[in-house]
Amino acid sequence: MSADVMTAEARTAQLEGLGCKRKRVEDARFTQGKGRYVDDMKLPGMLYGDFVRSPYAHARIKSIDASKALALPGVVAVITAEELKPLKLHWMPTLAGDVQAVLADGKVHFQNQEVAFVVAEDRYIAADAVELVEVDYEELPVLVDAFKALDPDAPVLREDLEGKSEGAHGPRRHHNHIFTWEVGDAAATEAALGEAEVVAKELVTYQRVHPCPLETCGCVASMDKINGQLTVWGTFQAPHAVRTVASLISGIPEHKIRIVSPDIGGGFGNKVGVYPGYICAIVASIVTGVPVKWIEDRIENLSTTAFARDYHMTGEIAATRDGRITALRCHVLADHGAFDACADPTKFPAGFFNICTGSYDIPVAHLAVEGVYTNKAPGGVAYRCSFRVTEASYFIERMIDVLALKLGMDPAELRRKNFIRKEQFPYSSALGWEYDSGDYHTAFDKALQAVDYPALREEQRRNREAFARGETRSLMGIGLAFFTEIVGAGPIKNCDILGLGMFDSCEIRVHPTGSAIARLGTISQGQGHATTFAQILASEIGIPAANITVEEGDTDTAPYGLGTYGSRSTPVAGAATAMAGRKIRAKAQMIAAWLLEVHDDDLEWDVDRFVVKGAPERFKTMQEVAFAAYNNVPPGMEPGLEAVSYYDPPNMTYPFGAYVCVVEVDVDTGVTEVRRFYALDDCGTRINPMVIEGQVHGGLTEALAIAMGQEITYDETGNVKGASLMDFFLPTAVETPVWETDHTVTPSPHHPIGAKGVGESPNVGGVSAFSNAVNDAFAHLGLTHTQMPHDHWRVWKTAERLGLVG
Amino acid sequence: MAKMHVKLTVNGRALEALAEPRTLLIHFLREELGLTGPHIGCDTSHCGACTVDLDGKSVKSCTLFVAQANGAAVTTIEGIAQPDGSLHALQDAFREHHGLQCGFCTPGMITRAWRLLQENPDPSEAEIRQGISGNLCRCTGYQNIVKSIRAAADQLNAPREAAE
Repeated sequence: MSADVMTAEARTAQLEGLGCKRKRVEDARFTQGKGRYVDDMKLPGMLYGDFVRSPYAHARIKSIDASKALALPGVVAVITAEELKPLKLHWMPTLAGDVQAVLADGKVHFQNQEVAFVVAEDRYIAADAVELVEVDYEELPVLVDAFKALDPDAPVLREDLEGKSEGAHGPRRHHNHIFTWEVGDAAATEAALGEAEVVAKELVTYQRVHPCPLETCGCVASMDKINGQLTVWGTFQAPHAVRTVASLISGIPEHKIRIVSPDIGGGFGNKVGVYPGYICAIVASIVTGVPVKWIEDRIENLSTTAFARDYHMTGEIAATRDGRITALRCHVLADHGAFDACADPTKFPAGFFNICTGSYDIPVAHLAVEGVYTNKAPGGVAYRCSFRVTEASYFIERMIDVLALKLGMDPAELRRKNFIRKEQFPYSSALGWEYDSGDYHTAFDKALQAVDYPALREEQRRNREAFARGETRSLMGIGLAFFTEIVGAGPIKNCDILGLGMFDSCEIRVHPTGSAIARLGTISQGQGHATTFAQILASEIGIPAANITVEEGDTDTAPYGLGTYGSRSTPVAGAATAMAGRKIRAKAQMIAAWLLEVHDDDLEWDVDRFVVKGAPERFKTMQEVAFAAYNNVPPGMEPGLEAVSYYDPPNMTYPFGAYVCVVEVDVDTGVTEVRRFYALDDCGTRINPMVIEGQVHGGLTEALAIAMGQEITYDETGNVKGASLMDFFLPTAVETPVWETDHTVTPSPHHPIGAKGVGESPNVGGVSAFSNAVNDAFAHLGLTHTQMPHDHWRVWKTAERLGLVG
Repeated sequence: MAKMHVKLTVNGRALEALAEPRTLLIHFLREELGLTGPHIGCDTSHCGACTVDLDGKSVKSCTLFVAQANGAAVTTIEGIAQPDGSLHALQDAFREHHGLQCGFCTPGMITRAWRLLQENPDPSEAEIRQGISGNLCRCTGYQNIVKSIRAAADQLNAPREAAE
């Protein structure tokens, strides 16, 4: 059938635009082993860098002797802080307004800290040489327990900050104090708690974990000394920001730096920051004049780059006897490790943790977050999360269950009773956010109905009776979670990183034959942007998605943007794509009017063409207009069909969802089996349901990992434990249950296509659902709260503590 | 370091090379032969991103010296498609059923599944999950990987069943 006689429905289907379960264009290369990740690169003369790392968590460096390493054939250089000092590169700024040692400057602050960078002809020689560098250390007292960080006699960690009473986020009151961030009305909250009929209090800890993408961090730096051009290929979730930072700290003009993110093997927040390895590889390439590759191994990855969470959250939640919440107070002790390298927008030292009133209409609230230094690795990234939303959501969803227990009320009923109602949107929360849209009751009721919640509670009642009679050793737990995220950072008025506003961008060029290329300021790490952004554009400009190339990650060609993390790509760059598409369509309409010899206003848009109103046989397709744009435009109009949009979002987006988890806990072994997991997500307009479902599956699996096993801990001398895949829990296909997915659609009122973002929702809601389920299994036996991760050992210890074992 | 002489067949092609005795098979494949499909994800033989086929068995090539592969036949993801370039049923199924996202685990995962379906042409879901439990994926939650492998099994079994 020719395009002229196809129905509108058939032409729409041909576009594979919004709502289509389009197959991914990325997959052809990945399924054939033809992806191009940074470690796949091999440039002529390329050298390899590797780190000498500290075995101690806190020690003074008395001397470094690299002579034996330098004598090893194939070793080209050993770089220490002394070599970096003349370049002023021995310290670097962090994203949180602190500084971090690139290579230890006289002292190490955490185990595995970077002490020297060895450059050699191959990775084996580099590893040999690392062993030959002799470092003489003098051990210092170690601070591991964040609760002791502010003791008067606590060890002084950051001597470089001595005498600095003002930090990037206000006054510092102790040598290990970084900031105190307060939001909300302290006095009104105090008063409401004092007057409350019921108050529940709990310390909820969200343990230190790590995003652990399957590909570690790495880069290849190449300084072309003849042209003065530096190119760095690397695992960068924000390549443009890396270029600007690299220019600011190195002094190389920004136009002489090209940053390229090739295929990235997962990020989950790990690849947002700037790490010493990048700086050292760049310096090594400048020094040697040849390309230098640095790739982390897994232990380096887990123990040095980008931990997440490590929040100790004390909550007090007040309510009437019949379950109406009247106030919330939260104090967070935030363990930031040795350098504050949190990846947060500048004005938010605890990210968006002030979304911690959750999905509930809570009249007054107060939040105080205190950041402290300890002898642990720096980081504080958002692990599949929008800047501490995961911590906030976990906190409130645990507090709701704790309050329900105290009230003797069903946790579903307590949630329903306190949800922000549909008619209250846009809703201003007590801690300062304006929720754009939501319909929580509908979503929650749909979820409860889908799992037949009353029947589950009845089954649990029977299970508990059977357990009491000694007929079973298994306890059934039901976990509910209702989360509200805040994603799509963000409006320049309150969101920047190092002064760079958090807008994003899209540039479109439509070619004469009616195909197009779109370039964005974001970068996919598995999300499938090349597939889904083409779909947004297909619906906007009527060119089939198959005829649109999407390109990201090369700062020489892509427009400036702040990258991909915090579920911001669809809310911000997706909006820019739609807006740039609308500029294309506006120009195309004028060209079509010229070709059809009618006024612009006499045309209407019909899927892929402009049609003369009232004369459907007279039309010009976008493909025809594209060619005309290059040879026959109205007088005075510039030829060509291109557009660029830099989109500054008016607000964040607020995806939400209702999750239900059913577990069976074997009290004799602590083994917890996930029997059922139902996830309902509302991410607004759904661009590609197949990709959304995949994102939900993946996020839930990461949530399972966090809730049930992941933890990076330290012993009392600061030795990091659990920093290899021997110990750090990544679920296999065997531990991972089957996920049930569902959805409602509440479009964002301010986003051009109503989309909200989804990649992180399942992690935000999932962790609470698992943890609430495990806690619920023991709730009738007197347990109010037990800390994550709920691994077999801890669950068994809980059973033992409750007198259920032996 | 003195090099040793190794002979092996990789993706059907016989080759000889000199390699240090300590060279890992994964580094030999990636850096000497330019076969960058298999990846390195963990260094402790847990993640399976480096999975290749060696004499009819799935192996983690980060835990094997190339010297140990002397005389062996090795198949990597690059050798899974037909000689004429048409894709294996698994490669099609992973795309059709969204069995991959970032793609980093995919070569190892498909190479493992390729052997699994030869060991057990008609696996149950539980057998698939057990069969790929040496391969970690951080993106997909495995559900669509399992679906992809099952679909490929059906695809591969169809002509066989039609003939019976």
